[in-house]
Amino acid sequence: MSVFDTVQRVVGNRLSLILIGAMLLVLPLLMTSSFQMRLAVVVWVYAMAAIGLNLLMGFAGQVSLGHAGFFGIGAYSVALGPSQLGLSPALSLPAGIAFCGLLALLLGRPILKLKGHYLAVATLGLGMLIFMILSNEVELTGGPDGMRVPRVVIMGWKVKGTETWYWITGIALLISVWLALNLINSPTGLALRAIHDSEVAASVLGVDVARYKLIVFVISACFASAAGGLLALYNGHITPGVSDFLVSVQLVTMVVLGGMGSVGGSLVGAALIIILPQFLTVMHEYEHAFLGLIMILTMVFMRSGIVPSISKAIRSRRHDSNS
Amino acid sequence: MTAILETDGLSISFGGLKALDNVNLSVRPGEILSVIGPNGAGKTTLFNLISGVYKPRSGKVLLEGQDVTGQSPDKLAGRGLTRTFQNLQVFQTMTALENVMVARHLHEKRNVLAHLLALPSVRRQREETRKRAMECLARVGMEHYADQTADSLPYGALKRLEIARALALVPKVLLLDEPAAGCNPRETEEIDEIISKIAAEGMAVVLVEHDMRLVMKISNHILVLNFGKKLAEGNAATIAADPHVIEAYLGLEGDEGEAGAVAE
Repeated sequence: MSVFDTVQRVVGNRLSLILIGAMLLVLPLLMTSSFQMRLAVVVWVYAMAAIGLNLLMGFAGQVSLGHAGFFGIGAYSVALGPSQLGLSPALSLPAGIAFCGLLALLLGRPILKLKGHYLAVATLGLGMLIFMILSNEVELTGGPDGMRVPRVVIMGWKVKGTETWYWITGIALLISVWLALNLINSPTGLALRAIHDSEVAASVLGVDVARYKLIVFVISACFASAAGGLLALYNGHITPGVSDFLVSVQLVTMVVLGGMGSVGGSLVGAALIIILPQFLTVMHEYEHAFLGLIMILTMVFMRSGIVPSISKAIRSRRHDSNS
Repeated sequence: MTAILETDGLSISFGGLKALDNVNLSVRPGEILSVIGPNGAGKTTLFNLISGVYKPRSGKVLLEGQDVTGQSPDKLAGRGLTRTFQNLQVFQTMTALENVMVARHLHEKRNVLAHLLALPSVRRQREETRKRAMECLARVGMEHYADQTADSLPYGALKRLEIARALALVPKVLLLDEPAAGCNPRETEEIDEIISKIAAEGMAVVLVEHDMRLVMKISNHILVLNFGKKLAEGNAATIAADPHVIEAYLGLEGDEGEAGAVAE
């Protein structure tokens, strides 16, 4: 039974990767405009950030309303790296991720001592602080007007064009999914789930609760900054808006709507939040009202999020037909 | 043999109320020490102080002769002390097997980078952990529940699951908080067997329990608490004959009996 379980789990992991890979390959054939492809790039990037946030929220059970701050730091690091430090844009991306991870390590230590609503408010403040710095340090960041992000050049090849970025961000998304699934199925993932279910039981069994919260906070911040950096490199221009509070809310919504604790759910959630408003533009001034209505209905009828609810329904149907 | 766990003058108060007042205990490897007393006597508080969930206001906890007072629960787990909970703290969303696997945490390499990259060593270690966890489930007779999620298990099974989980840590000292509470006589018997067996293997067991038949049967030593203070201490025979204990504990029934007689 246990061997079968392991086999199923490994195949299950591979299957999600194969499915997402297949989707990446097939989608360009179905797309009719470069606008759709642009949208796909944005979805992949936000999905990366949402997957990182899901590790924190869905597995460790810790909320963050400030993840757009890390997204913004990643975005600005690919602009500031070249202009301030003379780094190449391609090198600025990993440097930005490392910086963001370090920052999360330092700030996470005091913040993660808080629980529930207090943690939510503290992370909210952290995100706002980063937004304020990015908007107000005009000398450095260009203020609300934002700043230009130089093109990535790899061995003389100028990386540009939406199709190129479709593949780059698509592969980045695949790597993110792979890393997240690995973590979830590792002892670290089990420790995080234990913390989510009962902190006191986890700690008497030897899990250093504070350390694991910090680790997953840092990892999720790195995911967000990688996503922000890629979006900035693709757009070629960046404004403080990427780290706005509303982006943090969007990220949380993606995680919850798609399904807490479901990596595929975060991708679905990101796709919905990015694409749905495009369809709803026909509603004109009622666009946001409809978006809100759809979100409310989804949460009422699919309480555990879209992907977990659907897979649960399929499983119970299969169970019924077996018996 | 010298004591593996000792407390020295352990005290704590909550809002002016002395929940625990100057409690000393000592338990040796292979020994079963039972802590009994009426509700609110401070038994669970004692466990919370020893296991690091609360910090004592004064007094010391010594583990293998070393002062470990105020250390966090995970540090104490690393030193070989763990516990179960009166109001079950099972990981509800996990399977029984996964619950036990969590407790193998300290026996695994905890390299997060290796976990992120799913290195082959992580997978090998995972199989080892799974095997060990399965053995622990088998020790409490729960191997057939391995793949069921905890929230679908019956109450008695959850009680045993907590014990299996604690055993997976391979502790030197195990604190059991009312392991037989809410169990039927047959389940209580099973728990009796499990506890006797682990003590026979050399583990020190501290037991909080209301089932007097179980306590009298398996304890090497009994500590009676009342209003946070030690009331009596000794083996089963001494405790059963102690006038203070009878008054504080069993005496209640006597009073009721008399009251009933008067009413008649």
